[in-house]
Order: sequence, then C-alpha cells, then structure tokens
Amino acid sequence: MDKIYLENIRYVYSPDTPFEQVALDDVTLGIRKGCITGIIGHTGSGKSTMMQLLNGLAKPTDGRVLLDGFDINSTFDDVFDAWREREEYAKLSKRAAKKEIRGQLAELRRTLCFRVGLVMQYPEYQLFEETVYKDIAFGPANMGLEEDEIRARVLEAAAFTGLDEALLDQSPFDLSGGQKRRVALAGILAMRPEVLVLDEPAAGLDPRGRKMIFERVCDYQRNTGSTVLIVSHSMEDMARYCDDVVVLKDAKVLMHGEMNEVFSHISELSDTGLDIPQVTRLALALRERGVPISENIYTVEDATKALRALFSQQKDGKEASV
Amino acid sequence: MKGISFGQYYPASSVFHRMDPRAKIILAVLYIVSTFLCKNVLSFAALTISALLLVILSRIPLRIMLRSLRPILFIVVFTSAINIFATRGAHRLTPEHWWLAIYEEGLWNALFMVLRIVCLILSTSIFLTYTTTPVSLANALERLLSPLKRIKIPVHDFAMMMTIALRFIPTLSEETEKIMNAQKARGANFTTGSLFARAKALIPILVPLFVSAFNRAFELATAMECRCYHGGEGRTQLNVLHYRASDFVAILLLVGFGVGLWFLNRVDFLYRLG
Ligand SMILES: Nc1ncnc2c1ncn2[C@@H]1O[C@H](COP(=O)(O)OP(=O)(O)OP(=O)(O)O)[C@@H](O)[C@H]1O
Ligand SMILES: [Mg+2]
Repeated sequence: MDKIYLENIRYVYSPDTPFEQVALDDVTLGIRKGCITGIIGHTGSGKSTMMQLLNGLAKPTDGRVLLDGFDINSTFDDVFDAWREREEYAKLSKRAAKKEIRGQLAELRRTLCFRVGLVMQYPEYQLFEETVYKDIAFGPANMGLEEDEIRARVLEAAAFTGLDEALLDQSPFDLSGGQKRRVALAGILAMRPEVLVLDEPAAGLDPRGRKMIFERVCDYQRNTGSTVLIVSHSMEDMARYCDDVVVLKDAKVLMHGEMNEVFSHISELSDTGLDIPQVTRLALALRERGVPISENIYTVEDATKALRALFSQQKDGKEASV
Repeated sequence: MKGISFGQYYPASSVFHRMDPRAKIILAVLYIVSTFLCKNVLSFAALTISALLLVILSRIPLRIMLRSLRPILFIVVFTSAINIFATRGAHRLTPEHWWLAIYEEGLWNALFMVLRIVCLILSTSIFLTYTTTPVSLANALERLLSPLKRIKIPVHDFAMMMTIALRFIPTLSEETEKIMNAQKARGANFTTGSLFARAKALIPILVPLFVSAFNRAFELATAMECRCYHGGEGRTQLNVLHYRASDFVAILLLVGFGVGLWFLNRVDFLYRLG
C-alpha cells in the first residue's frame, strides 16, 4: 500500500474573493513507502501547498489525504460511519465506541505532525527560542517525552546534521544562514518522523551545504526506513538522490514514476520551463554529433562513467584493428 | 489568519476606480453631508436611489457589497428598535392598553435612520475602501492636507508613516502565518488549552515576528537613505495625481444633488423629520 495517497485533491486560496487562486487541481497521487520521492515543478505550480496538506497544516478544499490508508482530515462522523460497518466494534456499546473514537481522533491529530515531519521553505526564518538547543528540543518537548530522551534526541539530531556542540548554547539568531537551516532540519529530525517532507531544503545553499543536507536526509531514510519527500528545483539533485519523481505543472500532476522513467521524457520536461541538467544537455549534444553515448545521463558521475566506458571501448576497438 | 486581505479593495474597472482619490475623498464628504440634509420622504427616496446608482456604477458584486453592511447590522437593528419604541407622536398604532406604544412617526423615524446609516456605509465603502487602495488613499490625504504644512504640521511624514504601515500589514500577517505554521508543524497548539496556556503559546510567535519586523525596519530605513530620502522637503512624486474633467463633473453633480435635496425637503409630503 502507498504510504501517502492523495485522492482528487483540490486546494483553493482565498475562495470566493477576487483573489481566488487554485493551487492544486484534482491531484491524485500515491507516494511509495520507504522511498525518496522528488517533487519538481516551476514556481507557483503548487509544490509547497501540496507539502502542507501532508501533515494537516492545510486542509484540502476537496479530496482526501490518506496516510497509511487513513484520511488524516476525517471528522468524527466519518469515523463513526465507518465503525458501524465493522464487526470488531460491535462488542462495544455505542457510547463507549463514541468515546473510543473521539480519543483516537484526538490522539491522531496530536501526533500527526510528529509522524509527518515538515521542514518548510526557508525554515531559517522560523527559529524562535533563546538557544539552539531549546529550538531543536521544541518538537520533542511537545511530544511529551522525558527530559533524558529529549536531551539524547537533540544531541543526536545536532550531531547528525553536523552542528557543533558548542553552538547549542548560542542564540539561533546569531548563526549563519546555512547553520540555521541545519538547526531547522535537526528540529524536525529530533521528532523521528516516519514521513519526512522537505520543501526546497537546499535552496540558497552553497554546493557543499546542498550535498551535506541531501546526504544527511538520505542517511536518515536508510537508517530508519522512513518515507521522504523532497521538493527541489534542481533536476540534478533529484537524479542523484531520488527513487521516484513527481512533476507538477499548473496545479496538476504532469508526470509521476520512477526517476529513470520520468527523466527519459526529458524533452517534454524542458517544455515545462524546468532546467534540464547541463551534463544531460552535453550528452544530448554529443549524441547529435554521432557519439554513441547513452541519453540517460543526469549527473556528472553518470557522464564520467559513460565517457570512460566509451573511451576504453574505442581503445579496444583500435587495438583490435591493428 | 487566512483571508485577511487588508482593506477591502476590490479590483474592477469602473468610473470610481478610475477617479482621482482626492476627488473621491471630497465626494465622500459631500455625500455624508447630503445624507444629513435629508429630512422628508422625497429627499430620502432620492438618497436611496442615488445609493443604488452608486452601487451599480461601482461594478462591485452585490454579494461583496452586502458584506460591508454585516458589521453594522446590530447598530441598524438597535437604532431602529429605539426609534420605533421611543418616538411619541400623534398617530398611535398599538392599542391603548399596551405597555409599549408604537406610533406612526416612530416607524418613519426608524426607516429614515436605517436608510441614512446604510447609505452612509455604502457610499463611504464605495468611494474609499472598495475602489481605492489604502496607499493611494494615504497619498490623496497628504495632498489634500498639504496646506497644513504652512503651519508646520508634518503632513508628509505622517502620510509616509501611514503608507509604510499599510504596506507592511499584509507582509506581517503573512509572516505570522508562516511562523505559526512552522510551530504547528512541530506540535505547538494554539487552539486548545486554558487561556493562559494559549497566551503563553503566542510568545514564541511574537519573538521571531518582532525580530523580523525590526530587521525589516532597519533594512527599509537603510534602503531609503541609500536613495537619499530626507523627508518631504522639495520631494516630487512618481505618479502625480491629476484631476480630470470627470472628477470636477462628479463633484458638481454631487453638489447639485445636495441642493436638490434641500429643495425636496421643502415639499410637504406624507412625513418629515421634526
Ligand atoms: N498564502 C497564499 N495566499 C494566496 N495564494 C497563495 C498563497 N500561497 C500560495 N499561493 C498561490 O498558490 C499557488 C501555488 O503556490 P505554492 O507556494 O504552492 O507554489 P510552489 O510550487 O511552492 O512555488 P515555489 O517554487 O515558488 O515555492 C501560487 O500561484 C501562489 O500564488
Ligand atoms: Mg514553494
């Protein structure tokens, strides 16, 4: 089963006003469990909006968001109706069942944001505590964890994201942009979410910072088997780190599938206004000039490998002909 | 916080949208005076028709227009109740032994009051809020009040402060929403719990909000200084306001309307306010 399933989602900003804006229009989409899924699309295509639907921050105007098959926005009545059709509840009295459902729903709402951790776009503007330590501890503290557990998680998350322990006592406002970004990421990772959602985690960072953020996220995914969604503008990063790719265009899903499959339609993608990676353009140009190089080259590493193979082939060919 | 679009400017294309904002302020004042000129049935009828004309000319959907009346619903009901029950007159409508007496005069008074309030609100919303952006309103006020500069009242500075404040209201409210969302994403709870708990949950919002507001203020000040801003002295405008012929025509029309009301008041018909 898909970890997350979006069903006929529609989202409208400021409905019934002259400023009405459809951000998502009839989107249906399944996100595979335990995979890294990349979301690309040009500015304003609805990526951030979609990410905010996943942890209940925004409620869809229409449609359902299913997490492990359960609608995260279900109301009491929805659950109650579903319960009437099931047998295991028949043993309970109606009143006890109602109480049970209420309790479960409240618990679900409370824990939803801990299960689906969302790192918002430009999270560095959202730090607020006196010290970095307290800021990272905000989420775990809201989860109601013990002091020792919180401490362990904060230290772990800080170390994991490469924050020096000396920084923990500083004010988050005195950090550099890249460091703040790490603090924000650590604040979410400390909650150990089963779904990690990152909205442009690397925007505005230098190449080393980008690489570090993406690699940490991949490590987290591998260690915990969680499901990860990453919004990014860089197709090269997508190609390097993602298993699946979703392409959004004008509030709709244009393509969705495994990375290689989606990127093989790369010429259509370039029509959506997305920049295809430079090495891919190089490979395509080489092919045009008659060099037999694969067209599925998205990263520098791919290109190096393919060119190496090509050269050694040519050398072999020459030696054979001598 | 969603849906707070500051002010109620409704983008459309109408004579009022195109009008000079200074002219609109003058028109609003004239119209307010007119509503208070009305004394009898005929003049109130004329006032009602003129208000309807304004609504039609402004090309603002009725649904939106009515929204501006919702906040005054209570006042309307309250004043008409007082007028109906508190006015004594010659024509008693309720039987003698009823404790609450309703007179015909009371009904007329109530009707006139409601018409007056509704026309006041409709006209000022049309002239000032629905068809004029807050910033151009501030600009127009500065122009209209500029004679006060002679007596050393810093009109320009007040207008500039107002413009900047207006400009940053949507930005700040957007920012508040972002910060709240970021904290909700980490399990903060602003909607349940005791009043004290909720007030306490607001502190972590105010801190980053103030930090960023001050940062913005310093940045804006620097940016303005970099462009050699030094107050209103000898400052010219990029978009200079120009009265057009149609603005004068509109003002004349409204003055004529006021004079017409004055004449209508002299005709005795059915009922007039005492
Ligand atoms: N708070 C808001 N109020 C009104 N409209 C909004 C709001 N936030 C976003 N929108 C609109 O919804 C659409 C989708 O916005 P969204 O932020 O989801 O885009 P995005 O794909 O994340 O873009 P970017 O790559 O620039 O972050 C845009 O057209 C935007 O104008
Ligand atoms: Mg975005």
